Amino acid sequence: MSTPVTSSPILKVTSASKRFAGVRALEDVSIELHAGSVHALVGENGAGKSTLIKLITGVYHLDSGSVQLRGEDVAFDSPRSAQRAGIATIYQEVHLAPQLSVARNFFLGREPTRLGSLDLKRMNREAGEALKRYGIAADVKRPLGELGLGIQQMVAIARAVESDAGVVIMDEPTSSLEPREVDLLLELVAQLKAKDVAIVYVSHKLDEVFRACDTITVLRDGKLVSTGPTKELTRRQLISRMLGRDAAELEKDGRTKLAGHKSTIEGEPLLRAEHLNRRLILEDVSVVVRPGEVVGLAGLLGSGRSETAKAIFGALPLDSGEIEVGGKALTHQTPASRIRERVAMLPEDRKAEGIIPDMSIRDNIGLAALPQLTKAGLVSRKRVDDIVRTFMTRLRIKAAGPNQKVSELSGGNQQKVLLARLLCLNPRVLLLDEPTRGIDVGAKAEVQALVAELAEKGMAVVLISSELEEVVEGSDAVVVLRDGAQLGRLVGDDISEDKIMDLIADAASERIEAEK
Amino acid sequence: MTTLAANLRDRTAVAAWTREHGVYLALVLLIVYNAIATPNFVTVDTVQLLFSQVPPVIIVSLGMALVIGTGGVDLSVGSIMAIASAVLAKFVVGGTPIGVAMLAAVAAGLLVGVFNGLVVAFARVQPIVATLGVLVAGRGIALVITGGALVELFVPFFKTIRLGKFLGIPYVMIVAALLAVAVAFLVRRTAFGYRLLAIGGNRRASVLAGLPVRRTLVVVYAISGTLAAVAGVIATARLRASDPSYIGLLMELSAITAVVVGGTSLNGGRVRILGTVTGAILLQLLESTLVSHNAPDSVARMVEAVIIIAAVYVQRPSRSSR
Repeated sequence: MSTPVTSSPILKVTSASKRFAGVRALEDVSIELHAGSVHALVGENGAGKSTLIKLITGVYHLDSGSVQLRGEDVAFDSPRSAQRAGIATIYQEVHLAPQLSVARNFFLGREPTRLGSLDLKRMNREAGEALKRYGIAADVKRPLGELGLGIQQMVAIARAVESDAGVVIMDEPTSSLEPREVDLLLELVAQLKAKDVAIVYVSHKLDEVFRACDTITVLRDGKLVSTGPTKELTRRQLISRMLGRDAAELEKDGRTKLAGHKSTIEGEPLLRAEHLNRRLILEDVSVVVRPGEVVGLAGLLGSGRSETAKAIFGALPLDSGEIEVGGKALTHQTPASRIRERVAMLPEDRKAEGIIPDMSIRDNIGLAALPQLTKAGLVSRKRVDDIVRTFMTRLRIKAAGPNQKVSELSGGNQQKVLLARLLCLNPRVLLLDEPTRGIDVGAKAEVQALVAELAEKGMAVVLISSELEEVVEGSDAVVVLRDGAQLGRLVGDDISEDKIMDLIADAASERIEAEK
Repeated sequence: MTTLAANLRDRTAVAAWTREHGVYLALVLLIVYNAIATPNFVTVDTVQLLFSQVPPVIIVSLGMALVIGTGGVDLSVGSIMAIASAVLAKFVVGGTPIGVAMLAAVAAGLLVGVFNGLVVAFARVQPIVATLGVLVAGRGIALVITGGALVELFVPFFKTIRLGKFLGIPYVMIVAALLAVAVAFLVRRTAFGYRLLAIGGNRRASVLAGLPVRRTLVVVYAISGTLAAVAGVIATARLRASDPSYIGLLMELSAITAVVVGGTSLNGGRVRILGTVTGAILLQLLESTLVSHNAPDSVARMVEAVIIIAAVYVQRPSRSSR
């Protein structure tokens, strides 16, 4: 499977650094891509994977460092010039023309002509032959958009290779594919390898990474953690490197403080979400939370953590599953109906799903509680002001005043504004998706303390964090997820970073064993 | 480096100021220009003429401002005016009392607006496409209602609409002003206005905050349709006839221009009512200025096009806030 790497690299990135508005996105990262070799790029959110890819493909420009293609320095000013130089990128969503036929897409931008007009006959014939060679069964005359996403993706890849791409970058190519399609795609990857193409494979699915890749590079917080042959890395090592806990470091720390765990919490569950199923996204996930309890959801990126929270909140339609709050079964799958039952969710993506950027702090806080603050359609200014004042003080929101635009605040303060929006609903169940992502250390500690305090007061809290430490320290029980399925539930003293990573790693190797 | 940064900040500050206040400055400049260059401009007659001409544009623009505030657009307003006019004519000719006929005309606009809203909110058709359909079909419907011809209407009350004044101010201008105050109140003080701006600012976040997004959208388009129908009634009274192929023609263009020139963002999330009213007055004054200087109508259209492009240019999102 693995190829001995002796040749000089096709593409070499040396000490690449990139900052955005002063924030480090990538720092001093170097990688080498070799012909006929598959190079995995892994890491959690914000690790710098996509920044690195965009630097290679000319979407962004390097602050410092260099990119060499076949031994020569290159600096692409646009994705187009990178493409011309033979670097093809295949994104999650296929960037082709869905209305045009498969053959037309296959030749997009390099159509053969005859007497000045498109030579359709030749296009259909040659596209058909080429796809057959790659084992892709598709009617080349049909519009691309009518085919399955997997086939579309493979057409895109075949197209890239046929246009003599020496480097093919695949950005999470299998994220929306069926297992059968994944197999086909990996076969295609093997064929590309045989044709001496250098492949970058970005994925958070470890099975695929171990199955298909020769080299694995791990990024974290914009820095290179490690790069080396797949066969020298165990699953366990890889997971701990992605999550930021090296085995040695973990041992030194020992078991983290366990004082916070309440192993026995009395009472009837306040939230009971059981057997949540959604095709390709969630598989029989159950989360049960008692009043005063914090249940953490742990897992790698793409494991279904956020999806579980969204499903509970009614923002992700389910195929099946039962959700009960305070003993009452909830059938309506809408966020509005959940809010009426006093279930509140802090979304993962603060910018896209949380704040209304043009509105003031005041209006952002009052948004979800509008029905309670309104009489005969008129918003009571006084009541809004009271609530806003209370929460701005309580959560220590630092701002010029309640009328400042929320988009002008720091990440931490924006997060507090969103927390205030939830808390003025007086929730019974609180779903917190990455409450401390992208906020500074001080605000982070405040938010963590607030979560503990809210649970203390009897709320049922579901906590999601890609930082294992945060989940371990903050939770009374932890549900471990992987690829949308539940691997186990840890309670009390069983909760540790070690155990969580073991669960994830074991499941990964089991799956590989099963496939062999 | 620092000077460049400062310079950039200055430029965004200038852009922000222009966005918010440019329309008032432009109006003042145009008035000053006219005072100097147009004979007999500074008279009560000028103001009264302006105030009798501009109300339909103001009224339609108010509804348009709400729709644009949600991040949408309503291209059907001109056709709704024609439908309202046709319905009015049908009832008046049929002998219905003028008050009832006017109500029926406005109700027709409400109905079309609700239809727009349902298509946009529930079928999730893009607003520009959904209302374009009604733009095309609506005028056809109006022609069918009137039988395809211009219908002259002899209604005494129309004279009141056309010429009636209170303290020297035309009634229609007073109606437009009251509606503007009502819409401004709606935007600033009611939960509905709050929701409208939230939806325009970030629809996904609004859904997750539990707002009734679809219901709000339907109401917004319904208001736009209703206001367009009111403008259609006024236009009919002024014309003393219902002419479905003429009434409200290109009104969507004037309304969008007035709204955008007035500082409402085409991206949604921000509504400026006073700016919209000022924008409508600015456009009307500009047109009459061009007419009084003997510029052909085609030139007026071109000037309007230049203004809308300039306004959208000023409104474009700045690079940094991307």
